[in-house]
Amino acid sequence: MTTNSSLPDAIAAGSVGIVAPQTCHFAEPLPLQSGAQIADYTLMYETYGTLNADKSNAVLICHALNASHHVAGVYVDQPKSVGWWDNMVGPGKAVDTNKFFVIGINNLGSCFGSTGPMHANPATGKPYGADFPVVTVEDWVNAQARLADVLGIQQFAAVMGGSLGGMQALAWSVMFPERLRHCVVIASTPKLSAQNIAFNDVARQAILTDPDFHGGDFYAHGVVPRRGLRVARMIGHITYLSNDDMGEKFGRELRNGDYQFGFGIDFEIESYLRYQGDKFSDYFDANTYLLITKALDYFDPARKFDGDLSRALSNTQAQFLVVSFTTDWRFAPERSREIVQALVSNRRTVSYAEIDAPHGHDAFLLDDTRYLNLVASYFDRIGATV
Amino acid sequence: MNFAELKVLRPDLAFIADWVKPHAHVLDVGCGDGVMLDHLQTDKHCTGYGIEIADDKVLACAKRHVNVIQQDMENGLKMFADNSFDSVLCLSSLQMMKQVEALLRDIARVADEAIVSFPNFGYWQHRTALLMGKMPVSKALPYQWYDTPNLRCATIADFNDLAHEVGLEVIDCVALHNGQPIRWMANLRGSLAVFRLRKKGL
Repeated sequence: MTTNSSLPDAIAAGSVGIVAPQTCHFAEPLPLQSGAQIADYTLMYETYGTLNADKSNAVLICHALNASHHVAGVYVDQPKSVGWWDNMVGPGKAVDTNKFFVIGINNLGSCFGSTGPMHANPATGKPYGADFPVVTVEDWVNAQARLADVLGIQQFAAVMGGSLGGMQALAWSVMFPERLRHCVVIASTPKLSAQNIAFNDVARQAILTDPDFHGGDFYAHGVVPRRGLRVARMIGHITYLSNDDMGEKFGRELRNGDYQFGFGIDFEIESYLRYQGDKFSDYFDANTYLLITKALDYFDPARKFDGDLSRALSNTQAQFLVVSFTTDWRFAPERSREIVQALVSNRRTVSYAEIDAPHGHDAFLLDDTRYLNLVASYFDRIGATV
Repeated sequence: MNFAELKVLRPDLAFIADWVKPHAHVLDVGCGDGVMLDHLQTDKHCTGYGIEIADDKVLACAKRHVNVIQQDMENGLKMFADNSFDSVLCLSSLQMMKQVEALLRDIARVADEAIVSFPNFGYWQHRTALLMGKMPVSKALPYQWYDTPNLRCATIADFNDLAHEVGLEVIDCVALHNGQPIRWMANLRGSLAVFRLRKKGL
């Protein structure tokens, strides 16, 4: 067998290979939880693997804050464009694309192709900007369900996600109980804590108070609220890592060997966070960041049931896998246990693993044999039913 | 896993499985690789969950399609509501616990019935070893004193007292040896103590 040296390494290592996004336009307005609606919209998505004849092997992967429909594989001529969950999804991987037809959908309000605040508002012909309606996890799920309808998928073998993606998977099990056989909720929570919301609001304030934000209409001014985005990302990033992991990676290492006695970069951790902030502000949209953090804050399926999560999950029919990571302090294991407890009280089929990984919240994206083997075993079980 | 397979693999569990009613909702505390729940699910149409702390055993449960909840049993069963199970199993794990009494009380709280097994320290080989001045090492207690995961040593007579103390009534008590019940001088001749318990006042 010959190998093409121009192809990225990922392809050799069980990748789904070269992928291309697709779009689907919806002319029917989408009513939103807020009472507003989106008149018409486009969803961007990718698929991997083959949908079987009875359409029983579809797996929907829901993305978290800064990810997209690009779950696995690489784009042609962009060797660094590896999908965000490429270690999870691919031929022979935990979510095996030899068995499953995997779909990644970019959510509404995002900045990666689906209709969002940078696109033209049909009512004005100008970018939505701050006028893009606030969307919720439930609104996203409704939009995803419409795409499933278009693809002819009545019932997913599984809906799966990490963090905010896990909230969407959980919402699927509540909103469309008969449309998924399995629900995989990783490093997630049934609702944000006051501390989680506080971090989100500091990030939002950084963006909202950036003079380049222009009330959300920065597109018209030809600028980007880069400073706000950078700070927002730096704050977010701190919550994705564990104290131990950060200490191990950076400690008190100095960039230039000694104190500089100024306010530039002294410590490696400062350099790292600023680099992450800079990189993020190059590609992420400020309005999208506001929208997605609000969707996080608002998620609370138990709210309609006086805070009783057991009642909120009482109509679910799916079987569940819930996974948390011991050093995740953003959505700590305790939050996953709340989900498990509510499912157990309803006698639902549920397994729960608490992975002792050092990487904090980010662990759900990383390679950890115990974690990936467990998900692989669970998907073997799902595979037996397709 | 069917009964014949279980009898070969774990004769003790095969004996105990007989005590679990068909279609029961079961909590297996310290479920290990999930073999008991696997059998109860497939042969007796039981439902329920296993609790296990070890990563490799949690994975083994997942491979068997057994519902497992990864948790340290020392933290008790607070995830589970009062009387939410028909039966709780705690098989060959109680002796590894620090909080034995608290766990037993929790077991009595979440179900009407419980089945508890543990290595019988009163087994004759163990007594003989002590008489010879050494801590027992046997098939039932296969560890040296310095590396054993077993924190508690109890005999059948000892456990009777504690069960009573935490509000459990002993319905049946059998000592097994190599998976076979020992009827005569059980506390001396049986290496594994098995108690069938019921909440008092039922």
